Amino acid sequence: MPASVLIVELRAHGLDDMKINIDGLSVEYVMRRSGEKLTALKDVSFSIAAGRFVCVVGPSGCGKSTLLKVLAGLQAPSAGKVLLDDMPLQGPGKNRAMVFQSASLLPWRTVLRNVTYGLEIQGFSFQDAEKVAGDFIDLVGLSGFEESYPREISGGMQQRVNLARALVTNPGLLLMDEPFANLDPQLRNFMQAEVERIWEQTRQTTLFVTHLIDEAIFLADEIIVLTARPGRIKTIVPVDFPRPRKLEIKKTPAFHVLQDSLSEMMDQEFREMIYQQAQGESA
Amino acid sequence: MNYAPARYDRLLVLLAMLVFLAIWELLPSLKLVDPFFISSPSRIIHSAQWLFAHGLWNDIRVSLIEFLWGMGLAIILGVVLGWGLGWYRMLSVIVEPFITMMNAAPRVALLPLLILWLGIGIESKIAAVFLGAFFPIVFTVMKGVRTIDRSLFELARSFGANDARVFTTLAIPSTVPYIMAGLHIAVGRGLVGVVIGELLAAQAGIGYMMARASSTFQTDKVFVGLILLTGFGYAITELIKMIEKHFETWRS
Repeated sequence: MPASVLIVELRAHGLDDMKINIDGLSVEYVMRRSGEKLTALKDVSFSIAAGRFVCVVGPSGCGKSTLLKVLAGLQAPSAGKVLLDDMPLQGPGKNRAMVFQSASLLPWRTVLRNVTYGLEIQGFSFQDAEKVAGDFIDLVGLSGFEESYPREISGGMQQRVNLARALVTNPGLLLMDEPFANLDPQLRNFMQAEVERIWEQTRQTTLFVTHLIDEAIFLADEIIVLTARPGRIKTIVPVDFPRPRKLEIKKTPAFHVLQDSLSEMMDQEFREMIYQQAQGESA
Repeated sequence: MNYAPARYDRLLVLLAMLVFLAIWELLPSLKLVDPFFISSPSRIIHSAQWLFAHGLWNDIRVSLIEFLWGMGLAIILGVVLGWGLGWYRMLSVIVEPFITMMNAAPRVALLPLLILWLGIGIESKIAAVFLGAFFPIVFTVMKGVRTIDRSLFELARSFGANDARVFTTLAIPSTVPYIMAGLHIAVGRGLVGVVIGELLAAQAGIGYMMARASSTFQTDKVFVGLILLTGFGYAITELIKMIEKHFETWRS
């Protein structure tokens, strides 16, 4: 059975795409060494409709990764409400999966066994997990590498495994934390097109964190711009390019107009971040 | 420079050994060195034959039992404690200073105490092996657990893994190479434990046989023991190297 058919079937009696409502979310860390309090996110509110691809951009340290960790259930909020399909968020769950910035593959497992890892943790036997995994390995373009070990494949291929491992659990919400930050620019472009191609088939609600504006515009239905620390929502920008999208849209005037206006906002926040750092050093 | 092709390496080693054995054999027979000090290959073979006919098998058996028991206990307890110390920060805060101190102490100096406590039977030797092998295993396993990539923990947690699942799917497999590395050191130390324990006070064993032969000026028999121990140490180190290589397929 081709992967696409299988996925359609999976999603038919799988979980629905998730909708997200976040109201007044704040996250504070207490630094372990200094005991200092650090506010990563402050009073963040937004909603994502089911089946949308949303990108989160902002300067480094603005709490965009923290936002993902809260939704993954890895980080408890300090204040505010997070509703997933109108249910309050409680820790990690089978309805969500995360694609990590570093590929985070288990080096002693083959590509196949890495892809089945999430399902095994969720209680499936390897035999059952293996049946589904093959189609997702095909989908991300890794056929023939099932028995390779992570150290034997390239960085781009490792990120494909990372993606397949999340997709195979059929999550209603896919969380992606700058998955291509460590790849070189050409490969990154190519992987963006791959994500677009794959997402056209799976179509689950996706939250994709990045610091690259062109990546966000290319992939997103809407872009959430966060301010410098503490992260607040600066603005939410809709992106209306029709799907499926090709990399060529990056060369269109409409793309550049959007890119320029977002760049300007980001520059402001970047200056704010530099200013904060300078103040922090002089204090 | 001009190197001989690698295929001649083995041949060269064999040749060098033969030359070495020939010189060893010739020195006493040409009356250049007294065989009382260095014996000779033919004398050693002769005396080995005699020893194997007169109870050497029992000495080998006893030494092997002591070694295997001591190593077995050290591996089991060392791996478990290493996991515990790597996993629970509080536990390591309390226990680690004690272990560091014990590791730094010259453990050979504990032997007289072990003999007082456990007697001159195999128990004191098992304890000697254990004390030698236990610490390197604990330390490497502890380090192994602590060096697991933090993002792997987050990965497991994000799929909803509880502590037990994180432990079995991450901590155990990722410490395997560290266990092997610890074992590598532990085997040598354990062997030292057996021999010194038997030299000091025992009723049987290769070390005991060597001590008796030495005190009755039978150099040939001392050499038999030495060769047996060397061969055993070499074989077991090679075995561990082979197992290590097997796990290296995924180790970056």
